[in-house]
Amino acid sequence: MMIDELERRDAAPRHDNQDPALFGQTPSQTVGPFFHYGLPWKGGADLVGRSDLGARPDLMPPEHYLLGTSGVTGTPQGEAIEIAGCIYDGNGAPIPDAMVELWQANAAGRYASPDDGRQEIELDPHFIGFGRSATDKEGVFRFRTIRPGRVPGPGNSLQAPHIALSIFGRGLLKRLATRLYFADGEGNDTDPILALVPEERRRTLIAVRRPDHTWWLDVHLQGPDETVFFDL
Amino acid sequence: MTLILPYAREDGGNPPSLYPDYRSTVLRSPRQPPLLVPPTLTEVTGPAGNWERLIGPAMTDLTTQHKGTPQGQRIVVTGRVLDERGRPVPNTIVEIWQANAAGRYIHSKDDWPAPLDPNFTGAGRVVTDEEGNYRYVTIRPGAYPWGNHKNAWRPAHIHLSLLGPAFATRLVTQMYFPDDPLIEIDPIANAVPLPFRQRLVSRFDIGTTVPNWALGYRFDIVLKGREQTPFEDDHDD
Repeated sequence: MMIDELERRDAAPRHDNQDPALFGQTPSQTVGPFFHYGLPWKGGADLVGRSDLGARPDLMPPEHYLLGTSGVTGTPQGEAIEIAGCIYDGNGAPIPDAMVELWQANAAGRYASPDDGRQEIELDPHFIGFGRSATDKEGVFRFRTIRPGRVPGPGNSLQAPHIALSIFGRGLLKRLATRLYFADGEGNDTDPILALVPEERRRTLIAVRRPDHTWWLDVHLQGPDETVFFDL
Repeated sequence: MTLILPYAREDGGNPPSLYPDYRSTVLRSPRQPPLLVPPTLTEVTGPAGNWERLIGPAMTDLTTQHKGTPQGQRIVVTGRVLDERGRPVPNTIVEIWQANAAGRYIHSKDDWPAPLDPNFTGAGRVVTDEEGNYRYVTIRPGAYPWGNHKNAWRPAHIHLSLLGPAFATRLVTQMYFPDDPLIEIDPIANAVPLPFRQRLVSRFDIGTTVPNWALGYRFDIVLKGREQTPFEDDHDD
């Protein structure tokens, strides 16, 4: 009888994650400096081919790299491009322990998401449009992907081709959301989101093509060239 | 015309970008306020499903990833991923990473003099079921010192990363353990104001505890919810 009672005892209710009075959005916390064996997988930044781009296996013993490799196969439709950039802190120093994620539409302008219900635009079986790249020792992120098509904006507007980016890192308590546009992108001058950005800051969102054909966009977390980040 | 059901913006429980007690924020936090933009298809979509193709199969037992059994207290960490109205978020990925029982990360840049454990990496991932449940078996991580200030120690924690249904719902956070005195003096946890900080503290749960095997902790994760009214900007019509 005594034992039965013991087994039915529960821990005292307390002010913690399970308290209904505290129910609401789980607050954000930093990824810290040691995420490399947990998040960026080999090939996570290569949405076109089969390279190991994106991971930093140099930061752990090989037997502790458990993340696997990208299982996406085949070649997606569209123009294959490389996008890259350096992430800088407020002193202009590159950040070698940051991570960038990418989300984009396929070449035809369709998102591989159940929330993009536009059946008239085809999905690409070889393209999901999500990627992850740890920055390298020089603070550079790099993706191989395809140039996205245009997607609708508010009202009857059409957005210029763009890629949504998330920036994470030690010292970043929250994900920073931004976008990459292309310097020669069709519709940049009528893009409904770019139009909301003060003109003098728009260039912080526009990648330029380097002689090696890489689309380059530096991300400045602070300072006179501070990148425009979005409140979503 | 595109009708967009937007997600809620962040609530008052989120930390600021700049929290000087956490010194790394000083040079890494934007100084301009984030630009408020209307939600578009880009923000309300995300790579839901496709997880295995993208990232690989689930890894839910962090105690069986190597030849031997890792050192430390075996624990079960489980909970539900929910939206702000309490509805489950199914089929979404929950990735975790953590230090070992001695408070040492397998990462090559972590070099404080605590032992590495050859049988413990500390990385896992799982996709939530139809009710939004996730469940891991792991080792209770240790606390560890860091260079933020003199005698600074991080409370024991597990890092969690969630994508949720959309770009807008992306969340990276840390789960703490109940009754850890270090939470109160940790600048990273303290960047979240009270009482919201308690949302980061898991609860010991005897019902989750497996007899003769592992202590159980519950930690629910609440993502931004979807608004009820479509966002519709038809001024140009």
